[in-house]
Amino acid sequence: MSTATTTPSSRTGSIAPAIRNWGAPVTLAVLALVALVGFAIGSPHASARFRISADADALQVPDVVLGTTLVGWITAVVLLALAAYSFALTTRAQPAPRWLVPAFAAVWVIAFLVWVIGSANNPNVYFSGLIAGSFTLAIPLIFGSLSGVLCERSGVINIAIEGQLLAGAFGAAIVGSITHSLLAGVLAAIVASVVVSMVLAVFSIKYMVNQVIVGVVLNVLVAGLTSFLFSTVMKDNSSLFNSPPSFHNIRIPGLADIPVFGPILFDQTILGYGMYLAVFLVWFGLFKTRWGLRVRAVGEHPKAADTVGIKVNTMRFWNVTLAGVVAGVGGAFFTLVTSSSFNKEMTAGQGFIALAALIFGRWNPIGAFFAALLFGFSLNLSFVLTILGTPVPSQFMQMLPYVVTVFAVAGLAGKSRPPASNGIPYVKE
Amino acid sequence: MSDPANLPDRDPASTQTPPPPPAGSTPGGAAAGNTPAQLAEASPQDPQASLMRRITTGNGLVSVLAIVLSLLVGAILIAATDERVTSAASYFFSRPTDMLSAIWASVSEAYGALFRSAFFNTQADGFANAIYPLTETLTVATPLILAGLGVALAFRVGLFNIGGQGQIILGAMLAGWVGFTLNLPAGLHLLLAVVAGIIGGAIWGGIAGVLKAKRGAHEVIVTIMLNYIAVYLLLYVLTTPGFQRPGSNNPISPEIHESAAYPLIFGSGFRLHLGFIVALLAVAFVWWLLNRSTTGFELRAVGANPQAARTAGINVSRAYITAMVIAGALAGLAGTAQISGTERSLSGDIAASFGFDAITVALLGRSNPIGTMFAGLLFGALRAGGVGMQSNTGIPIDIVLVVQSFIVLFIAAPPLVRSIFRIHTGQKKSRKSTARTAKAGGAA
Repeated sequence: MSTATTTPSSRTGSIAPAIRNWGAPVTLAVLALVALVGFAIGSPHASARFRISADADALQVPDVVLGTTLVGWITAVVLLALAAYSFALTTRAQPAPRWLVPAFAAVWVIAFLVWVIGSANNPNVYFSGLIAGSFTLAIPLIFGSLSGVLCERSGVINIAIEGQLLAGAFGAAIVGSITHSLLAGVLAAIVASVVVSMVLAVFSIKYMVNQVIVGVVLNVLVAGLTSFLFSTVMKDNSSLFNSPPSFHNIRIPGLADIPVFGPILFDQTILGYGMYLAVFLVWFGLFKTRWGLRVRAVGEHPKAADTVGIKVNTMRFWNVTLAGVVAGVGGAFFTLVTSSSFNKEMTAGQGFIALAALIFGRWNPIGAFFAALLFGFSLNLSFVLTILGTPVPSQFMQMLPYVVTVFAVAGLAGKSRPPASNGIPYVKE
Repeated sequence: MSDPANLPDRDPASTQTPPPPPAGSTPGGAAAGNTPAQLAEASPQDPQASLMRRITTGNGLVSVLAIVLSLLVGAILIAATDERVTSAASYFFSRPTDMLSAIWASVSEAYGALFRSAFFNTQADGFANAIYPLTETLTVATPLILAGLGVALAFRVGLFNIGGQGQIILGAMLAGWVGFTLNLPAGLHLLLAVVAGIIGGAIWGGIAGVLKAKRGAHEVIVTIMLNYIAVYLLLYVLTTPGFQRPGSNNPISPEIHESAAYPLIFGSGFRLHLGFIVALLAVAFVWWLLNRSTTGFELRAVGANPQAARTAGINVSRAYITAMVIAGALAGLAGTAQISGTERSLSGDIAASFGFDAITVALLGRSNPIGTMFAGLLFGALRAGGVGMQSNTGIPIDIVLVVQSFIVLFIAAPPLVRSIFRIHTGQKKSRKSTARTAKAGGAA
């Protein structure tokens, strides 16, 4: 709604006269210096042990032991080189390649991880478990951010991801408990989340109420409604209304034993596998099909889309509804996989992390997928670090997704531009 | 259609005494010197202009009807989850009166308890006890009004300040630190704590303002993220020696010194504190700022149409930063009402949900300071009454959230309320003409 209008520079790119955006190189340089000072010079001179295989695993892989000093220096040099490259590109007013920020982030995370584990009282972590746990935390985030991608690519801001997830979790819990059926639970989650979506769609498209307002209010409404029903209906009758069945992991023999990647790729619930499928389908649908082209046209330039005969508001309505379906599955994950029952406001701000992932992932399903993985990793790492006893307060790790997002929208970590007509209702002239 | 030309007319107060033109720039009216083509191009690009108009010029009847409708929705929920009603419903067709009387009993008990806990306790002995609920309403309304003013002010400049929560937290954090760390004489200590709270909120709001003005970062995203950053920052500082209560392992600070607390207005029997008067002063200040000051004129001009304001020589970036700093300062004041007024010590939920409720307060108050005050009082009453309702009848206070959100949804969509009540406004059914008449109505 405003990002595009207030930063014309981010849209013109390299068209002369070049407007150089020094945000990214400066941020990268600062982070690289932090790595140099903190992780290389400030190395605890210890070694960090990453256990890859559990004792019970069929395939035993030796532990990886990394010296913090060596890794600290190597990564610091790489990070400084990447920052310098970014400076060089900006000086010549060339756009940064798409891999630059993700690559920088990956190297920085490695540097940080080795340093923080090495500094811990117990410098020893079960790496496969850390990754698998991050993945479990990331799955609902990924569904949530895919919901956001579907909405916002068509030009409707979705602040209500939190409400959609919470409604989904509630629907899955109550219907799953009554019917003892997983399928019914997931369907109920979808229905609940779609209802939230449709309210968003009707108010923002038909009544042209500001989409941010509707989203914020819907979050409050869903939180109030589910908490009310939880207290009045579920709490005293939890065996009847709040003990949904749980999905079991489907383990693909052999492949699931691959270290690190086995559990996250081949030992998941149906919803976990469904997540991969959903990411692929949303990406394929948006970028490789006629439907996707139309969605993006509606989100970028609705007037042009209308001119060539695309029904802008109908398209937006069904896209928002579809977003509800996706978020509903993510909501079901809370009560049918991670937890065995519904609880008041159990999504606890994860919908906003999903929103953050969507923005950091630059409104792209694949980007959102990796951003959500990063945020899931930072969440899980904060839990693990609390146990290991490290110098980094867990609150800072939990803060990370939000800080990263502020940097991203401020253009301090590369370009992050929403669809041009995001949030603007379309009125046919 | 022309936004800047309408600007002075939109506010009855400013038509009586037109504000002085900003120094070194053309008066607001001259901004209409834009070609009609430019304006026509700008207006569909700028949904906030029509939003501002809808928020600030909607009629009072819709507000009242929205509140009635929302209470009705709440009543349905209360009745539907009441066991007496559900058991009577099982034999509805043999004795329908049973169910109707059960519904009446359930709803009247609930709303009766809510009323008695929010305004006047008819069952209490003695005037002081009877009036106690009203003072509770005013107490709860204090942070709502202050934070609501912050949101409303930002709205008027075309900014969505979703960050009330974070700004309250930062305000409470700094005010609390001054309150329990320093030792100062009574008046000075409170003043310093309040100033610290204002600064805390202003910094947090200012970050969003600066990022919006200088980097084009969407303030909605930034303020949402800053809310969570503030929550974790608070949880972190509550584990540090500077903030954590000595001898405690819980994330809670020491109590603030008595010298840094707002004096109680009606003595120790009531919780109502001087912060309420501060809130009323803030209402007056925001009213003056928006309607009487040059800065306020510039802010409103930017809110009405940033492009036209820029053409008229108004520094739009500076307006964004000013608005967010003041909005944050007001939310920071709400934080001081919490820490120096009611809570007295800093904990993880010092801000409760006031930052989010503030958004609904500002919307219900149509982003004008007086309206925001009344909306804050209403939601304060709902919340204070909800607490009493929960303890007397067992109906969860969450119903208040539901009622609040329905109020805002109904108010945000006047056509919906009009169609429910079949109010004919002489508008055609076509959406396009509805939009046009709405705009024409705003200009009249």
